[in-house]
Amino acid sequence: MSDSSATHFPEHADNRGPSHLAEQFEAPEQQRDASTLGMWIFLGTELMFFGGMFLAYANYRYFFPQAFHAASSHLSATMGALETMILITSSFTMVLGVWASQMGKQKMLFWCLTLTALLGGAFLVSHGFEWYHDYEEHHVPGTNFRFDPQQANPRSAEMFFILYFLMTGLHSLHVLIGMGILAVMIGFTRRGRFSPEYNNPIEVSGLYWHFVDIVWIFLFPLFYLIHRA
Amino acid sequence: MAELAQAHPNVISRTTYTVIFIVLLILTLVTYLVAFVDLGRWNTPIALVIATCKMSLVALFFMHVIHSARVTLLVIAASALWLSLLLGGTLADAMTRGNVEIINFPK
Repeated sequence: MSDSSATHFPEHADNRGPSHLAEQFEAPEQQRDASTLGMWIFLGTELMFFGGMFLAYANYRYFFPQAFHAASSHLSATMGALETMILITSSFTMVLGVWASQMGKQKMLFWCLTLTALLGGAFLVSHGFEWYHDYEEHHVPGTNFRFDPQQANPRSAEMFFILYFLMTGLHSLHVLIGMGILAVMIGFTRRGRFSPEYNNPIEVSGLYWHFVDIVWIFLFPLFYLIHRA
Repeated sequence: MAELAQAHPNVISRTTYTVIFIVLLILTLVTYLVAFVDLGRWNTPIALVIATCKMSLVALFFMHVIHSARVTLLVIAASALWLSLLLGGTLADAMTRGNVEIINFPK
């Protein structure tokens, strides 16, 4: 489709660079750095997203310490700890996947990505059981919310559970989206798209997944471990 | 494999990743166990300090921040600054308001 009389831009010819080099970039390193920076900036916006909710938590916990203490004791600290370990393990399998992509080990990359996604799924299943248990105990905020007034002011305790479901719910949504991203990466891996020269999509998928893990690392003690002694 | 590692000088070894992973699991266990020990008003700060350590390990090694470009560090520093201003500024107000009437929930 060349029309040399109309444009001075060079054509996207094959000798411009490797096939994975997009048109707007001069060199693969530039493409890789731009992609990584883009993901980090996105994670900055995610920090703002969750940061606002952590702010709400901080304020309400400060004003209703007894209610938050009482409400937290109804969550299973053990399940929370297990979920933390599941996500940390998934971050480990993810980073091994990034290593595998850098080394050109296709089968290892496939299994690392698959394991990471499965662990994410296990995390979501565990949460599902927790939320169902909360539903049975009438701790889901709304018309059926009930809390023992002897332990704490039910309205304040409901605030704890509003924040709990909001933050763990949105976090779980991020885990689910992460699993979707991993599914796409697994599909690309099976088609042999990644190599030691081109593996940055795996790296930035890892950045997203580790960030979601970091959010949970803070959610766990703040919701599950309030004054357990 | 050695030449591939040389082509990517910033590759972190699997051994390092494994060590960090085990440390993260241990720190999680410590957080869990310490929560059942009554340390008064120090329980929450200790839990948050351990969580910050875990976050730092994940960021530095799993997210490769230790090998990252300066502009990445700038984004991280700016985000951290923003969060500290958000939490610090708001809590500095909320926690110094003085006596507030307790709202009694209607019977």
